Order: sequence, then C-alpha cells, then structure tokens
Amino acid sequence: MTRLLTVENLSVALPRGADRPHAVEEVSLHLDAGEILCVVGESGSGKSITANTVMGLLPKGLPVTSGRITFEGEDLLGLSAEALRSRRGRRMAMVFQEPMTALNPLMKVGDQIAEALSVHGKGAEARARVPELLAAVNLPDPAAIARMHPFRLSGGQRQRVMIAMALALEPALLIADEPTTALDVTTQAQILRMMREIQQRRGMGVMFITHDFGVVAEIADRVAVMQRGRIVEQGTAREVLDAPQHPYTRALISAVPHGRTLDRAAARPAPVLQMKGVTKTYQRGGWFGARAVVRAVHDADFTLNKGETLGLVGESGSGKSTLARCVVRLVEPEQGEILFHGNDLRPLSRQGWLPYRKRIQMVFQDPYASLNPRRKVGDAITEGPITHGVGRDEARQRALELLRLVKLEPSAMERYPHEFSGGQRQRIGLARALAMQPELLIADEPVSALDVSVQAQVLDLLAEIRQRLGLTMLFITHDLRVAAQICDRIAVMQRGAIVELGPTAEVFGAPKHPYTRSLLDSIPGRGWTPPELAETA
Amino acid sequence: MGGFWRNFCRNRGAVVGLVILLLVIATAVAAPWLFPGSPWDMAGMPFAPPGEMGMWLGTDSLGRDVAAGIAHGARVSLLVGAVSTVVALVIGIGLGATAGYLGGVADDIVMRFTEFFQTIPSFVLAILLVAIFTPTIGSIVFAIAVVSWPPVARVVRAEFLSLRSREFVQASEVLGKSRLAIVFGDILPNALSPIVVLSSLMVASAILLESALSFLGLGDPNLMSWGFLIGSGRSVIRIAWWMSVFPGIAIFLTVLSLNLVGEGLSDALNPRLARNREGKA
Repeated sequence: MTRLLTVENLSVALPRGADRPHAVEEVSLHLDAGEILCVVGESGSGKSITANTVMGLLPKGLPVTSGRITFEGEDLLGLSAEALRSRRGRRMAMVFQEPMTALNPLMKVGDQIAEALSVHGKGAEARARVPELLAAVNLPDPAAIARMHPFRLSGGQRQRVMIAMALALEPALLIADEPTTALDVTTQAQILRMMREIQQRRGMGVMFITHDFGVVAEIADRVAVMQRGRIVEQGTAREVLDAPQHPYTRALISAVPHGRTLDRAAARPAPVLQMKGVTKTYQRGGWFGARAVVRAVHDADFTLNKGETLGLVGESGSGKSTLARCVVRLVEPEQGEILFHGNDLRPLSRQGWLPYRKRIQMVFQDPYASLNPRRKVGDAITEGPITHGVGRDEARQRALELLRLVKLEPSAMERYPHEFSGGQRQRIGLARALAMQPELLIADEPVSALDVSVQAQVLDLLAEIRQRLGLTMLFITHDLRVAAQICDRIAVMQRGAIVELGPTAEVFGAPKHPYTRSLLDSIPGRGWTPPELAETA
Repeated sequence: MGGFWRNFCRNRGAVVGLVILLLVIATAVAAPWLFPGSPWDMAGMPFAPPGEMGMWLGTDSLGRDVAAGIAHGARVSLLVGAVSTVVALVIGIGLGATAGYLGGVADDIVMRFTEFFQTIPSFVLAILLVAIFTPTIGSIVFAIAVVSWPPVARVVRAEFLSLRSREFVQASEVLGKSRLAIVFGDILPNALSPIVVLSSLMVASAILLESALSFLGLGDPNLMSWGFLIGSGRSVIRIAWWMSVFPGIAIFLTVLSLNLVGEGLSDALNPRLARNREGKA
C-alpha cells in the first residue's frame, strides 16, 4: 500500500490565555491509500485542529509551531496558499459535521456540485458527472435531486450531497469531521455503510474524526486516540478497541455505555403516571393556502409505576420530547388524560397545577442553556423551594446537602453557571430538580450533550440517586445503549406514536416491531462489546 | 464588571464619546454657577460677535448671551432626552414583554397596535401631539415618548420570543414560578444588553426631536433650549452666524457622543462580536 499522508511532530499553538499552550502537540500519524483512520477524542482534544491543519484551514490565531505534513510526497506546510488551494478539492476533500449549514441555501444542489468541478477546470464534464455522483451516494432519482434546493432535503440527504461534492474530483484523501454526529442512528448507519463502500471501491484514504467508539468499531481500520492535544494511543482497530493500553483509552472505553440490560425485579404495579389518548398537533400556515397539520403525539398511551424507570426512545422528530413536555405542561395537548395518582392534570389551570410542580420535576438536555447565566447556582437551586413557601435558610441547607449528593463543592453556591463544565452544570440542573423533592423525575436527553466519560458519571449519579430516593423516572433518549443501561422498560416512539413497549430485555432481545428492529440494527458498533476492563488508576 | 470596562475601553471612539458626554452633563449641572441669572436676560449689546464684550460665543438679537443659552439649554435637552427615553422604555418593555412572553392572540394584538404607530411619520405625530396639548415640557416629553417606543417594543418582543423557549425559562416554569417572576427574574435580565444599547441611541434621537420641535417654535416657551436658539438665529444667519452655529455644534457633539457610547456599549455587552470585528478570533 502506498503511504498517502504523514504527519510528523505537528504542534499548533493556542493563543495566550487559553487553558493549555498548544492545541495540538507533537502529533505524528500516517495514512495509507485504501485505509480508514479514526481519530477519536473528547471535545477539545485537538482532533478537529489536526484535520484542519492538514487541509490548510487553520484560523489565523492558531500558528503551526513545528512539524511536517507530507501528502503524496509534498510538504503541505511549505506550499503557497494558491498551490494548496489547487490540491484542496482535487486531491484532498473534506466533509463537515453540520450538513444544515455546509450547503449554500440559495443554490440548487446540482449547481453546487458542478461548481466544485468547474473550480478545478472540469466544468465541461459537470452535466454528465453530477447525476452520476448523486447516484454514487445512493440518492434516489439523482436528476430530480440535482434540481432541488438544500432546504427540501433531509439531514441525511444533505450529508450525502456533501459527500458527493467531496468525491467529485476523485480525491485521494477524504477528511470527514464528525460527519454523522448530527444525524439519527438509522441515517448514520446508512451513511457509514456508504462511506465504507465508496472508500473500498475507489481505494481512498479516509481520516475520520469522531467521539463515538461505536462508530469507530463500525468503520475504522486503524485508530488514533487524542487527549488534550496529544495522541496517547495508536494502533489497529482490534488492538485499541479490545485491548486498550493507555489509561485514558481504557477510561474512555469503559465509559462507553455497555448496553447490558439491568436485571431488576419488576416494579409492583402502582401507577404513578398514566397517559391516555394524549394528542398534540401543530398547525402551520393559515390565512392563505392549505394548513399543514403535524401530529406530534398521538396513540402514545403508557403507565409508569412507582419506582420504575421508563425509557422513551426514538429518533429526532418522533415526538418523545413533546410527550415528555406534555406531562409537565410545557406543551399543552388538546386531547387525552394525564393521570398523576389518578388525578387528571390536563384540564388544570396554571394555579391548579402549582401543588403538582413540587411532585413532578424535569432535567433538561442542554447544560449550557438550562441554567440562567445571570443567577448564582445557590439561588438557582433554592428558588424553587422558596417559591413554594420553604424558608430561605432551610432551602439553603437543603441546597448544600444536594450539592454534596451530586458531588459538587459547597462553594459552588456562590458561583455563576459559566464557571462550571458541561457535566457539572448537568449535575446542578439535577440538584435544582431534586430540591423540590419530587416523586416523578422527567429527564429529557440528560446526557446526550456530554462527552462519553462525563456521560458515564452522570448516568451513574442518576442511577444512584434514583435508588436512594426511590424516584420514578421518565427517561428520554435517542441512544439505545444508554436506554438499555438505565431503564426498566422501554417505549419506542416513531412519528408520534408508541410502536413498541415492554421490559428492556424483551425489547432488545426480541423486538417485535420492524422499526424497533431497524433501530437496533443501526446502533453503531453493534458487533462490538466493550471489553470488561479492570479499573486503572 | 472589570471585563465590561476593558471591552468598553477597547473601542476608542466610545471613550471619546463618553468624555464628551460627561462634559455636556457637567456643563448642564454647572450652568447656574457658570452663568448665574436667567439666560433670557439681556447681557450686552445685540449682535455682539464671539469674543467681544466678554461673551465667548457672542450675543443674539436681544443681547442675550449665547453661551449661557447653550449651557442652560443643555439642561433642558438632556432632561427631555433622558425622561422621554425612560417613558418610552417603560411602554416599550411592557408591551414587548407581554407580546413576546404570551404569544398567540396577545402578540397579534400588541404587534398590530405597534405597527399602527410605526406607519405614522413620527415627527408629524409629535408635532400634532404637542400642538394639541400646548407646548410644555411635559407634553413634549410625552410626545417624544409616544413616537419612540415602537422600536423598543419590537426588540424586546424578539428577545422574549427567543428566550422564552430556552431551557432555563422552561425550568422556571416547571418549578412553578409565577409569570411575573419569570418575566422579571429570568427573561428580562438576559434581554438587557440590546435594550441598553438601544436606549443610548434613543436619548440621542429624543434630543434631536426636541430640538426640531423647538426650532419650529413648539418648544416650552419658558425654557431655553438648543432648538430654540437655532430657530431664533435662523432669520439672521447671514449677519450673526454664531447664533445658529454654536447651538448646532452642541447638538452635533451630544448626539455624536451618545451614538459612540451606544456602539461602545454594544461592543462591551457582546464581547465576542466585538472581537471578531477586530479580526482576532
């Protein structure tokens, strides 16, 4: 095999005042033709900076301080901007994370691909090549798609268009920066399969950046693990995934949700929450033209028993968040009954709801958006109880206990949210919800915005607290491995309806509905079970 | 707070603007000591050019000191600018917050009402209001406030619309806080930056409006103001240029300084935008 890309001792400086002197430090890696190298790491580990350096796309504030990048025998760092530009697109191409923003919204897709061709002097072939390229990324009816504007395509279709554009000039090297992170699992599985297939057909070298070990297991030939700007471990996929050597890799892999189901005694049926015939529809338009009606939630009946955790899983747009928000009245459904200990909450007024606010609480998805940036953590935790008539001193006392429970320092009380990391903020959000001493906790994707090692900590904390306080929990997630780990029963939602509901082991072991089956088949790296690793210091 | 200052000072224009503004405010405050007595009193010979008879800026057609007029006029102009802006903010924030937080029908009603005000040329409406209510300082402040609240309402509504769906506001709803507590405790503090920036620009435009009204003779007849000074100098501009030019410069400097300060505030409150503008990521 021919050596395509070599990076030797690459260091990129960070501007002064950053948390470390280098974004990337003494990074060495290589890529052969016909090989997929996965660069894995948590956010801020320098994996995207490495990729952007190869492409010559570093922002001005980040200078390369040392190292060599050799691509097809040429030193890329020594090339002029013009020489680099002629190689970009033609010999090496890049696919970005966010398909929603990487395409020009005002240009037809076909024209955008044609533009990529004509920039490198191959405009004449565009007519014939565009449909061919769109067909190569498995888009149905390429001629029709070429005439569409990006807003008419789904996220997965846009990412395919991006890949088609990157492949237009048959580059020898493709850099893919988290290309499937913004996509649903089933779409992700299709895109990964397609990339693998095209890469093998054309013998391309692919540098694939991801944070997800499932994706690594699915696609990688070789793996490089990055931590704080350094490569800590490099090797074949089998070696790194099944017998990791470096403590950081071992920690990361043992933090991957193992997906093994819980073995717990079934809860005695003592219904806390029952949803019956809840329907929520959204309407668009009006005045002129036809109204578009979207049924966000319908046919979603379930019962939640005391002490049990029910997982609500589904892809984006399946209505799982809307359903959860109906329970706490952030969304007002137009039909159905929401029975909490037998009392219907739906017809209650804002005032009538107040006594239930204490008993039903929620933890939100985005740790950066769910805390008021202008309010101290202590105030955020105490304001709920104070609103409900608890004395100020008692509320503060309770807040201190809760901070201890979620493993934060008491000094956190006097600090503002921006001083905390994502995982810490999520624990503050949890403390805020628990301060009300609720019976029912609704957790809306509480770990999906977190890095894998932090995710594991928060999940452990949730499990521990649920056990200790005897909480009943409605847990919303799109990640089936997480759901399997924490839920007693699982409800699978598709297009607003619950299509399958049953004990976790049953749903995962013997799925009845075809949609559940396709979801399970799409879990990245489903053929790989993270090895049991002894705790390393 | 320290970071706020540093960001503000990074914009040099804003610092210059702040210095000019402080000078104008100091002049207004010190007017009774700098120029004792009424600015309407005759102080020297009519049409004395600047520098003569101890008048730095000359006298007008009745022998009144132009410098005294400007200093006392600063009090009126700044007062009108500040008070009418506060009144406009109260109306604008009240309506904008209602529309943005409640949404739906309330939003429709409030916004149609706002648009109704926006479709009427604001200066014509101000003239009309002052003419109906007879020109006093109160009616002038009222008129200026009535024509300048719609942009505030629109900005506040837009901020509220986006903040209302943020998770920390939803969390407050789930905690069972009252609507007022959510609006004033959670949403408004996070919507303050654009309001602060906007209000500094509104003070500037209120000063211009007041001057324009006084120029047309619709100022409070008992109070000396910059617009009145320009208006009275208009007919004799060829023989006594100083009567119109110096009050004009006063208005120009004050409005300019307010705009500069507004821009500095906007940079300091959105430091990320400001830094990008300088080209440092």
